[in-house]
Amino acid sequence: MRKVLIVGATSAIAESVAREFARREDRLFLVGRRPQALAAIADDLKLRGAPMVQFRVQDANDISAHAELIESASVAMGGLDTVLIAHGTLPDQAACAASVERTLAEYQTNALSQISLCTLIANRFESQGNGTLAVISSVAGDRGRQSNYVYGSAKAAVTAFTSGLRQRLHGKGVHVITIKPGFVDTPMTAAFDKRGPLWASADSVAKTIVRGMIAGKPVIYAPWFWWGIMQIIRNIPERIFRGLKL
Amino acid sequence: MPGAGSSWGRWPRHRHRTIALTNRYQRLVLDEPGTLLPYGNGRSYGDSCQNDGGFLLTTRGLDRYVAFDVDNGVIECEAGMLLEDVIEFALPRGWFLPVTPGTCFVTLGGAIANDVHGKNHHRLGTFGHHVLGFELLRSDGSERWCTPSENADWFAATIGGLGLTGLIRRLRLQLRRVPGPFLRGQSLRFGNLSGFFELSRDSDADYEYTVSWLDCTAKGRQRGRGVFMRANHAVAEGTTPGSGQWRVPFTSPLPLVNRLSLRLFNTLYYHRPAARRADAVWHYRPFFYPLDGVLEWNRIYGPRGFYQYQCVIPPATAPESLEEMLETIAVSGSGSFLGVLKMFGEQASPGLLSFARSGTTLALDFPNGGAPTLQLLESLDAITRKAGGAVYPAKDARMSATSFQQYFPRWKEFLRFIDPRFSSSFWRRVSQDPQGEAS
Ligand SMILES: Cc1cc2nc3c(=O)[nH]c(=O)nc-3n(C[C@H](O)[C@H](O)[C@H](O)COP(=O)(O)OP(=O)(O)OC[C@H]3O[C@@H](n4cnc5c(N)ncnc54)[C@H](O)[C@@H]3O)c2cc1C
Ligand SMILES: NC(=O)c1ccc[n+]([C@@H]2O[C@H](COP(=O)([O-])OP(=O)(O)OC[C@H]3O[C@@H](n4cnc5c(N)ncnc54)[C@H](OP(=O)(O)O)[C@@H]3O)[C@@H](O)[C@H]2O)c1
Repeated sequence: MRKVLIVGATSAIAESVAREFARREDRLFLVGRRPQALAAIADDLKLRGAPMVQFRVQDANDISAHAELIESASVAMGGLDTVLIAHGTLPDQAACAASVERTLAEYQTNALSQISLCTLIANRFESQGNGTLAVISSVAGDRGRQSNYVYGSAKAAVTAFTSGLRQRLHGKGVHVITIKPGFVDTPMTAAFDKRGPLWASADSVAKTIVRGMIAGKPVIYAPWFWWGIMQIIRNIPERIFRGLKL
Repeated sequence: MPGAGSSWGRWPRHRHRTIALTNRYQRLVLDEPGTLLPYGNGRSYGDSCQNDGGFLLTTRGLDRYVAFDVDNGVIECEAGMLLEDVIEFALPRGWFLPVTPGTCFVTLGGAIANDVHGKNHHRLGTFGHHVLGFELLRSDGSERWCTPSENADWFAATIGGLGLTGLIRRLRLQLRRVPGPFLRGQSLRFGNLSGFFELSRDSDADYEYTVSWLDCTAKGRQRGRGVFMRANHAVAEGTTPGSGQWRVPFTSPLPLVNRLSLRLFNTLYYHRPAARRADAVWHYRPFFYPLDGVLEWNRIYGPRGFYQYQCVIPPATAPESLEEMLETIAVSGSGSFLGVLKMFGEQASPGLLSFARSGTTLALDFPNGGAPTLQLLESLDAITRKAGGAVYPAKDARMSATSFQQYFPRWKEFLRFIDPRFSSSFWRRVSQDPQGEAS
């Protein structure tokens, strides 16, 4: 039985992931900002098979609370061996371009808060000699594009940070996993037109994520075909790339 | 993603914007003008789940279990949950849906809003009979818990209320006990409609589930022939179907359903050995949901889609009216892939606009052949109206306001329960003044 902490547990992708763990009868500790939504999700997960579900209302940007948050999850579940960090926002790129404050606030939510949590959890897992730390980054972090480079570069920080952690903890029983979803139909992308073959459901992405987490895969593209798409995008020479309307 | 917001008949096509609901505490944000309509899983065939030019409130994100009382079989969940998920949860615990339509890819909210029926109508009535209560959200932000005794008028208006009285967010359903996933019964051929009525009379007392398939392509002396199935939940040993599913991968550019393929299909179906079985054991999936094994089967009808026609004819006039319908269909030469025939029981339905009522129900689908198809359906309506029957809104994309208002005589009583911000393409059509109706 796993003991799973999920930060950003009201996210559509995170909730679908939690259902997969509940079905496997794992213990769950949920962190999010909206108490009613968290309570509804917790009740549901118990009925789906989770033997224990608790939640805690906490803004992920409250960095000073992170250490205590991790400890309380461990106390509640009688240990901690699996973590998913899922929270995030999709910034308004134009508004960010016009405001340093806004840009830095987005960095706080999409990079710094993750880095803080990862640092604390990695150290804890290192000393206990096991654990799986999975963080949702994005394919957007594979290359900065004019349409959303604030988001993309924050995700790039998460990708590079988790890559480094993975090397550091290799051979120490700790798996660090970078998750890179493509286009997923969730509230974050409510404003997008979702027709076309590139869009995936949160449920299908969650299945890929959980399979990868259990197998200890270092990097998970979800759906998998985004690996190919990003290979191409990453390899476009900068001279051509800078002129593209992406 | 498959086109969110379309209906199962793939016709007519509508344009609307969608608002995705993802949790049951979400308020309806209404700062833009335009009407709203809840949208379940789009398994209604026509335009009752469509709102041309307005908004669809998509409810599949409301799919959480809330509570389950295993001793009494009472389940509480959010309204966008599929029947499939309820079964998956309840069956291992010894419970099953009290009433189920012919597909399990239907949401609980949709099942209430059409007050759906199943093969056991003569025993357990409609879905609405088993709903213990639900929470209704209106566009003014008010919330009501409705049960047969609390807010009973809202309860009756919302069951079969076509999504017009507000958004159902959460509900409590009484399940029924079953010994396991299997059913046991018989499959029998009948040569004509009187054979069907005879079998129904003989079976309804001993079998909870009865339903027939009707060969609508048979002519002359073979007209009205079909296969009658009857069964009960049973302790039985059978094979569980694999979880594999087929998907029709794309919309066929031409309809695959034509006169020839229909005749062939119907003839083979009638003559296949399994059409007559003295002791049959079915797993619940092929028994209740024969078409669910082929995902998106509606695509075989091609880009123009198809119409479905389901009527109920009162007992007194059923035999002759159904004969007349079969005659009309045979003359028109446009057959039906699947004809389904069933006797409803006498229990009055709980909704003001519920479709199910005492009599015989016949369901057919027709590839959309344009004006001749519409003419054929209108002549079937003429027979239904004369017989004092009704047509099922869940399957309709074309009935006239005149027909609707005759079929659902309490529709005026219903008007005061409609949420002022809610509407549907179907409703705008059937609530017109019949005088002004375009012919
Ligand atoms: C293969 C097949 C077999 C079928 N067999 C049967 C059968 O045997 N018996 C039968 O009765 N029907 C049958 N049907 C019809 C089907 O059961 C109904 O159309 C059902 O209502 C569809 O539910 P849905 O969730 O897809 O809702 P939709 O089709 O999306 O919507 C149906 C109606 O429900 C309303 N609605 C949806 N959710 C809510 C909500 N949360 N609050 C308020 N209103 C809501 C919508 O506004 C709309 O008016 C069948 C359909 C198919 C495709
Ligand atoms: N959807 C996609 O196409 C896509 C693609 C690539 C990557 N991703 C990533 O996937 C992750 C999950 O997103 P999603 O698609 O599931 O969208 P979502 O449902 O909108 O989830 C985002 C979640 O982040 C939470 N959140 C935001 N700021 C927070 C904060 N300061 N503290 C705590 N929680 C906070 C939100 O909480 P509230 O409920 O309280 O608002 C929300 O639950 C995100 O990291 C996102 O960047 C998504």
